Amino acid sequence: MARVVVDVMLKPEILDPQGRAVQGALGRLGLDGVTDVRQGKHFVIDIDGDLEGERHDLMHRLADELLSNPVIESYEMRVLADGEEAS
Amino acid sequence: MTRIGVVTFPGSLDDRDAARAVRLAGGEPVALWHGDDDLHGVDAVVLPGGFSYGDYLRCGAIARFAPVMSTLVDAARGGLPVLGICNGFQILCETHLLPGALTRNDSLHFICRDQRLRIESTDSAWTADYQVGDEIVIPLKNGEGGFVADESTLDALEGEGRVVARYLEVNPNGSRRDIAGIRNERGNVVGLMPHPEHAVELLTGPSADGLPFFTSILRSLVGAA
Repeated sequence: MARVVVDVMLKPEILDPQGRAVQGALGRLGLDGVTDVRQGKHFVIDIDGDLEGERHDLMHRLADELLSNPVIESYEMRVLADGEEAS
Repeated sequence: MTRIGVVTFPGSLDDRDAARAVRLAGGEPVALWHGDDDLHGVDAVVLPGGFSYGDYLRCGAIARFAPVMSTLVDAARGGLPVLGICNGFQILCETHLLPGALTRNDSLHFICRDQRLRIESTDSAWTADYQVGDEIVIPLKNGEGGFVADESTLDALEGEGRVVARYLEVNPNGSRRDIAGIRNERGNVVGLMPHPEHAVELLTGPSADGLPFFTSILRSLVGAA
């Protein structure tokens, strides 16, 4: 079995109003000095069998085309070793 | 009679109003289903508003891969007229038939209002019945309607006259350069965030200002035949 982790973030130049709202809430709750918050998506994908060769390439392509929109987002993909925790 | 397809995805809301607008304009609406990759010989297609696939992942991200879309994208590249309204606009951006993307409203609020727009381009299959500079009022209702693209894309859209409509008075969602709608280079594909299909007769809309989107396509198809 393979476990794949994909993190998707808005590109730096794209306004993130959700992150901005979270930033405001952190300040109201007493955490001073928060200069920026960016909110993203974290996918944990478990797959039967090994993720090598064409399947690995396909997973990359789907991370690019489905899990993220390259117009506004970038992604990072990791294939975890056996027993490695997803977070 | 000119046949205009209206696609229904799981979560589409405005497919009936889009079909009704087609009928009021004098065309024959044809119901198309997301799971059917056959366009049934229609002359043009409307991708209606709503929340296809629950807007999960991103608005339009999953609808983009529906069976009907693979056929539709090829047909649109071949010149088939396509109008994407609201969620339909989001789907068109996800397919990259149109540049840019629609993002969360900068206010974070879902906005529902009668919105004033200025028509900026009549060089499209869907706006030929307007005059450049026409001001119209049609409903707007979205939570993720902020149009974004990089500066060079925005410059190209403006330089090539591909901004179809712009917000007037209020920019409701943080769209770059007040852009409410755009078209592709050929002019057959148009995406619009506000809803012309909800403003096709005075009984149910704030105006009938949206009707020319639908008469435009009928006239351009008849002219092309």
